[in-house]
Formats: sequence, C-alpha cells, structure tokens
Amino acid sequence: MARFNKKKSNETPPISTASLPDIVFMLLFFFMVSTTMRQTNLLVENELPYADQVEKLDKKELVSYIYIGAPSDRYKSTYGTEARIQLNDKFASLAEIRDFIYSERAAMRPELVSYLTIALKVDKDSNMGLVSDVKQELRKAEALKINYTTKTGEATQNIQ
Amino acid sequence: MARRPAQEVNAGSMADIAFLLLIFFLVTTTIITDQGINRKLPPIQPPVENPPPIKKKNIFIVLINKNEQLLVENEPMEIEDLREAAVKFLDNGGGTGDEACNYCQGPGDPASSDNPTKAIISVQSDRQTEYGTYIAVQNELVAAYNQLRNREAKRLYGMTFDEMEANYKDPTYVGNKEVLKEKITKIQDMFPLKLSEAEPVKN
Repeated sequence: MARFNKKKSNETPPISTASLPDIVFMLLFFFMVSTTMRQTNLLVENELPYADQVEKLDKKELVSYIYIGAPSDRYKSTYGTEARIQLNDKFASLAEIRDFIYSERAAMRPELVSYLTIALKVDKDSNMGLVSDVKQELRKAEALKINYTTKTGEATQNIQ
Repeated sequence: MARRPAQEVNAGSMADIAFLLLIFFLVTTTIITDQGINRKLPPIQPPVENPPPIKKKNIFIVLINKNEQLLVENEPMEIEDLREAAVKFLDNGGGTGDEACNYCQGPGDPASSDNPTKAIISVQSDRQTEYGTYIAVQNELVAAYNQLRNREAKRLYGMTFDEMEANYKDPTYVGNKEVLKEKITKIQDMFPLKLSEAEPVKN
C-alpha cells in the first residue's frame, strides 16, 4: 500500500492520446463526404459581380461552367490582357463553345440532357461584347438555360 | 531465449497520417454552392414576316452606354432609381376594357404600360459596357418583378412569393404541393418576366 502511494505522488501520468486518431478520423470523414474536388484550374481572372436577387445552383452534375475574363498574371505575356474564354482547362475560341456543349451533353445521362444549365462565370470587368457573343453561340447550340454566377451583395457595388 | 508476447504496434503516428489526410481534404473542399441569376435565352427562330404589333408605351427601354451610364425611357438615370422606375412602369395598369389590370396599384397613366402581362422591358448594352454594370441592371429589373410578385402573393395568399418558392423546393414541406404550384404559376402569370435583350451595338 505504501509503495503505491509513493509512486503516484512522484510522477504525473501522461495524458493519453490514444483517442486522438478517432477524433481526427471523425473530422476527416466529415470533410471527405462533404468535399467536391475543384475540377478546373482557373486561367483567367474571375472577380464575380455582386447581385442580391440570386437563386441557388445545386445539382452540380447538371451544370457546365464557362469562364470569361482577362488572363491571369502568369499568362498575360502569352495571351495578352484582352478577356478570353476558358472551357475546361484551356483557353478557347468562340467557335469551340458549340463543341463543348455537345460534349457536355454526350457525357450526361440522356434523360437529364434537357436540364443542362450553363453557368457563366464572368469577370466583372469584362466587356458585354464578348459575353453576348458567347450567349449567341449558346443559342445556336440550343443550350438556353443559363445562370450568371454572382456573389451575394448589393448590386450597386459593381459600379464604381 | 524465452518466447516473449508479440509486441504491440505503435499507433502514435496514426494521428499524423490522419491529420495529413484531413488537411488535404480541408484544402480541396468547397462547401459553398454557386449562386446567380437564372435566365432563359430565347431560341433562334426564323424571322417572322409580320411580327405582332407592340405598342410603344408597353416597352420600357433601358440603354447602357460604354461609360456605364443609363438612359431609361430617354431620361438619364442612376442605377439606384431603376428599380422604382421599373416597378412604376410594370404596375401602371393604364389599360382599359380587355387590357385593364384589376390588381395594379399604379397611377394608370395612359402614356405608360397597359398591363403587366403586356409590358416588356428591353435592355440594350454597348459592346464596351462592363459586365458588372449589366448584372447590376439585370439584378434591379429582376428585383422589380420580385417586389411586385411578393406584393400580390402577400395580398392573395398571405405569404410572399419567395416563401412560396422556398416551400415548393423544401422536401419537408407539409401541405399540398400541387396547390402551391398552381398559386406560384398564377402569380408568375400576373407578372410574367419579359426581359428582352437586343444585341449590343458596335461602335
């Protein structure tokens, strides 16, 4: 009895870290389940404008993205500073939009093709000329459901 | 040598491995969903020989120039006033007889729109216009429609149009969705979203 008491008083027992992996794994699984991988690397600047009359764009598998904006700093020397279109991982011309839509449609389940939405992620400093050219191409490809992706906030912030 | 019991594997580094994975998923994760203004483009149609006549007073013209200035119905305007002007135009209800609007609360100015179902808002931008301005204008015009729809929904059904739509999308909503859908369609028919877009002008 005396021996036990002596041992206890001399050294504090170390805190058990055995349950630390469990806690970390719990967090890990949460993030694994809720994660969606970023599919594309942005090659263009993409500062979205603000709007407050927005609708949510869920069902990511039904959405295709078209990015428009001036090339990022790394690509300025090669591609200039004029706004460009980015499809998937590369710069594209207007004529490639139709093929892009067709390939997006081909990759979808046939019963869902009519629900395809095109999200236009356009930099707020781009010119309307290019945007409306893109819209014209989308009309030709009969991809008529579009979404101007925006950030949520007062729309008057767009004009400075 | 005596047989010793099998040694326990040291699990101390398990946490490190799990942390590594955790940080990877933390970095790659994007929880926010995209939001934006939904719009339907008009399909390309062969030009009509004799388009149905639209009265001039039923069209509300918004021009945006390359210096981000607005010209609304031939009057320069600030973006802050656009929503109010659009509401006033849509809600005017200046029609008589068949074209009368029995739910409009506007002044009934004969020089402005007859009926919200006839009223068209036309946006024309310049090729040099900045996209941010264009979105701001679109946002204000959609806001004008939403304001009127909310008002009518509140008057007829005691809840706003936004609430009705949220309920319709909510899978846990208790109540008849068919009836709700009918109500939503009715409100939409009262103030149909008629935003026309002309091709941007070159200069």
